[in-house]
Amino acid sequence: MAGQETHSYDVVVIGSGGAGLRAAIEAAAAGVSVAVICRSLLGKAHTVMAEGGVAAALSNVDERDNWKVHFTDTMRGGQYLNNARMAELHAKESPLRVRELEAWGAVFDRTDDGRILQRNFGGHKYPRLAHVGDRTGLEMIRTLQDYTIHQKVDIFQEYTIISLLKNDGRITGAFGYDREKGLFKIFHAKAVIIATGGMGRIYKISSNSWDCTGGGISLAYHAGASLIDMEFVQFHPTGMVWPPSVRGLLITEGVRGEGGVLRNNKGRRFMFDDIPDLYKGQTSTDEEEGWRYTQGDKNAKRPPELLTRDHVARCIMREIKEGRGSPHGGVFLDIAWIKEKISNAPEHIKRKLPSMYHQFKELAGVDITKEPMEVGPTTHYIMGGVQVDADSQMTTIPGLFAAGECAAGLHGSNRLGGNSLSDLLVFGKRAGEYAAKYSRETTHGKINEDEIKEISTWALAPFQRGSAGVAENPFQIQTDLQEEMQKLVGIVRLENELEEAIKKINALNERIERVSCGGNRGYNPGWHTAMELKHMITVAEAIARAAKERKESRGGHFREDFPQKSDAFGKINICIKKDPAGNMEVKQIPKPKIREDLQQIIDEMK
Amino acid sequence: MPKVLFNIWRTNSSGGEFQEYKTEITEGMVVLDAVHQIQAEHANDLAVRWNCKAGKCGSCSAEINGHPKLMCMTRMSDMPEGKPVTIQPMKAFPVIKDLVTDVSVNYKIKKRIKKFKPRPPDAPDGTWRMAQGDIDRVQEFRKCIECFLCQDVCHVLREHHLHEKFAGPRHMVYTAALEMHPLDTEDRTRDLKDGHGIGFCNITKCCTNVCPENIHITDNAIIPLKERVADRFYDPLMKLFRKFSK
Repeated sequence: MAGQETHSYDVVVIGSGGAGLRAAIEAAAAGVSVAVICRSLLGKAHTVMAEGGVAAALSNVDERDNWKVHFTDTMRGGQYLNNARMAELHAKESPLRVRELEAWGAVFDRTDDGRILQRNFGGHKYPRLAHVGDRTGLEMIRTLQDYTIHQKVDIFQEYTIISLLKNDGRITGAFGYDREKGLFKIFHAKAVIIATGGMGRIYKISSNSWDCTGGGISLAYHAGASLIDMEFVQFHPTGMVWPPSVRGLLITEGVRGEGGVLRNNKGRRFMFDDIPDLYKGQTSTDEEEGWRYTQGDKNAKRPPELLTRDHVARCIMREIKEGRGSPHGGVFLDIAWIKEKISNAPEHIKRKLPSMYHQFKELAGVDITKEPMEVGPTTHYIMGGVQVDADSQMTTIPGLFAAGECAAGLHGSNRLGGNSLSDLLVFGKRAGEYAAKYSRETTHGKINEDEIKEISTWALAPFQRGSAGVAENPFQIQTDLQEEMQKLVGIVRLENELEEAIKKINALNERIERVSCGGNRGYNPGWHTAMELKHMITVAEAIARAAKERKESRGGHFREDFPQKSDAFGKINICIKKDPAGNMEVKQIPKPKIREDLQQIIDEMK
Repeated sequence: MPKVLFNIWRTNSSGGEFQEYKTEITEGMVVLDAVHQIQAEHANDLAVRWNCKAGKCGSCSAEINGHPKLMCMTRMSDMPEGKPVTIQPMKAFPVIKDLVTDVSVNYKIKKRIKKFKPRPPDAPDGTWRMAQGDIDRVQEFRKCIECFLCQDVCHVLREHHLHEKFAGPRHMVYTAALEMHPLDTEDRTRDLKDGHGIGFCNITKCCTNVCPENIHITDNAIIPLKERVADRFYDPLMKLFRKFSK
């Protein structure tokens, strides 16, 4: 192809976080040629920020745990909108995937008898999260990275994909550019795996990394794939609230797992005031019992601080709204209090939660072994994403696969902490396996030259517009989008606000037609952002439209005008697709049927 | 709110120069926030590499007022008042553009280090047993976020450009994590001496001083590795023997 470097592979993986690397490893093991495209440097993906742990029913700490309990916890946490087959595969295979990491060099914290230690986390009945202090994501990505570099995988660092390529209804590859020189590149592929993670950066307050712009979800949508569950965004209950520049930065749920408690400005542990019926049987109403649970007493019930994230986030919002918040608009999360219970508390806290100690000390000047933290909800995760087949992770487009946060189904309406890292491993592996299989059974499709021309022209347009007159600054549009999403499509949602949000998003979509950038193509953040806006806006619109369609409250989606769960909406997923005219089509589709034996497991454990 | 003056290195066709920017500083801001603000307000094409802005990914390494630091973990309130803040790219690596450097050499060096090779599993279910006490020191090394500030400040690399001969502190930490891993069975001692040039390190501890993860690079990683090399290749009894037999 004239002027553009073309790379040809059997399988191309877009994204180099946990899911992408795990997929690449598996595809390479199957003997096909594999490329991984990293938007940033290898090993810097958002996975690195995961803190608390990876959920797997290893039953090292509590022998009562097994895949069935993990499966049921995941379904309950997702309020039964999950794809049950995915939840089954996830619960069954995550222990294998975690042990595999150990064989590749990961060094998890240990039990007294030398096995992998597991900790408590919200919504998990037993201690289930394998972890390394509060830097589990770093351990995971480094293990996968160091393993991948010795496999037959070609790694393209600082390359950005701006469009998927299609011909005759199937995937033919991906089109992008290298950051350093800004030159276009074609990746000709038999199969493409999207593993681009989440979209937290479309909100103002977010725990997410720079990379989390929803790119892959939008790439798949524009290629014609179906998205589901886009209304379900997880707002993590505990982000930093002060100082403003670090607002949203994550505070691991592990703080609560280790005995940390939430209090309002009256000193009350307000989580005791609202325990949902679904969890009444397994939640303690006694502070002392809750403490014993965090310290491993198997007969104790869990404290309400460890209820699911959607619920804890809403309780915090209520306290703030009703005037019982902390000075900077959050509530208090206190781990220092455990000095009443154990003698070497400061050392214990520093050892169990080293990054949290460091983060507060360095960025807020707070010593968490002495004083409480101020916390509030932060945009953390999207349960929805690209619709995939449970076993193979293939999307609705032949040859296109998706795994990890950008794929949907496993988590239903709310994800349990720790289920993301295991999701990456289980379904990353499956995507790699099935993409390799698919690529063996097919040949390369033909690249459509017209498509390439069209995308190139679009991509270079911001340079042609100059900076005069009506030209738009890409960073300004990005900020405006973040403000609107935060204000109108946040934790608490309303029909008229969602309508307003859709209008505002459409207006932003018009403004990106006028976005311009200066300088040249080499490492140009303005140009990069200009192109990325399209993806951010697409994902924002999908979230707003799905949220408007679901007229009930469930999991991460709370409608103030429809505060209850509805049986009718409990039977459907909201599906979003690009119609032939290029508009966003919103449909309700019946959720996948659950196998009888799986339903039975759920019923037995209710 | 006060405006602060920044001198930021910008590359151009003749190499590069410092350019002045002024931006408003609000409470709690870190240097990376200021750079972003300047990027949004004055210089859309100002190149800076970053990802997490939480000190976890190690992307935003630069030299702030001459000190190698993560921009995201350097608070504006710690900068000397009334003085301009100077930001330039890491000196030990070639500049790609503005504050972004080419750190690819580090990925090449790492690939040359022999990979993890575990002993056979300890239990029939394919799992291993390790005591927490035996993995504490390995876990210290595995905290590394690969910001490469230690490589930047190491004079063997920074002043003498011996990237080909000396693997550098990051890779000594990486090797130490493998060598001290209770399950690992590989031997990297000869490589340390020959290919990775551990002898070049003269333990000035510059690397330890800049590590944002507070890893005791020199004391806990490099010195024990030097001891292994010494035990293997420079055993004192043998040395003595050689001396007397001259």
